[in-house]
Amino acid sequence: MFDLQGKRALVTGASGGIGGAIARALHAQGAAVGLSGTRVDALEALAAELKERAYVLPADLSDPAAADALVRAAEAALGGVDILINNAGLTRDNLAVRMKDEDWQKVLDVNLTAAFRLSRACLRGMMKKRWGRIVSIASVVGATGNPGQANYAASKAGLVGMSKALAQEVASRNITVNCIAPGFIVTAMTEHLPEERRQKLVEIIPAGRLGVAADVAAAAVYLASEEAAYVTGQTLHVNGGMAMI
Amino acid sequence: MSDVAERVKKIVVEHLGVEASKVVEGAHFIEDLGADSLDTVELVMAFEEEFGIEIPDDAAEKIQTIKDAIGFIQSQSKK
Repeated sequence: MFDLQGKRALVTGASGGIGGAIARALHAQGAAVGLSGTRVDALEALAAELKERAYVLPADLSDPAAADALVRAAEAALGGVDILINNAGLTRDNLAVRMKDEDWQKVLDVNLTAAFRLSRACLRGMMKKRWGRIVSIASVVGATGNPGQANYAASKAGLVGMSKALAQEVASRNITVNCIAPGFIVTAMTEHLPEERRQKLVEIIPAGRLGVAADVAAAAVYLASEEAAYVTGQTLHVNGGMAMI
Repeated sequence: MSDVAERVKKIVVEHLGVEASKVVEGAHFIEDLGADSLDTVELVMAFEEEFGIEIPDDAAEKIQTIKDAIGFIQSQSKK
């Protein structure tokens, strides 16, 4: 089950905790992986760890031209893209009344608009090949909201709506388009939380622990696999039960 | 002239998986050749690639038959 040998995956935000874990997991199932991100050192370290079938493809997705260029680079390096993981994302948190236009725009540009451009660019090859998987990493806050994250929540809810529309457009070509909505996952962003706050978080999670990147990666492997062919337009919530939607 | 027609027909046969004998000039992609809306978009993209041209959306909407495609492509290459 979940054999990805011969598949070529492009993972954005692969220099981060969740993106790196997804790249490792896809690679472990046999996929060749294109590792994209802004921090080249981290990407190169990951490629070195994976040894073979791993290609470093740096890109700054806040640049509007970067998405198309990245897909071209990935197709050149990998020979094509069968699996696209839209994982790159950033936060610029602030209460709405204090949120600057540029903080709104930057989050929407990278988290949502770049994901659209990458999907559009990859769909062409997937349609020709009559096979494809697009998985976008959304968030529980896209469904529940979160104070201080109007921009982030909007971008993540946007990914869900976008994926449903794309899913309907290309379902007849054996291309599935889905989202994963992680809850609280231990990454560089959350590992320095004060112990008290961490404890409070754990109290609202029925599973009794924060998630780890591997929890999200396992969901990505499933959605990328042949076995998930009949699952499309869906959002898989990976949150230890903290929100049941 | 006929070169364009042959190349268009070849793309349509390959893409839609229909018999070459059905791909006549008057054939309508959707009504006669069983294409769906995504097929017509893919055909337009394939024509763009094959002939190195850009087919704007308003022109693409009007390309519904083999003849339409050949006519549009010939009008572009004359420019």
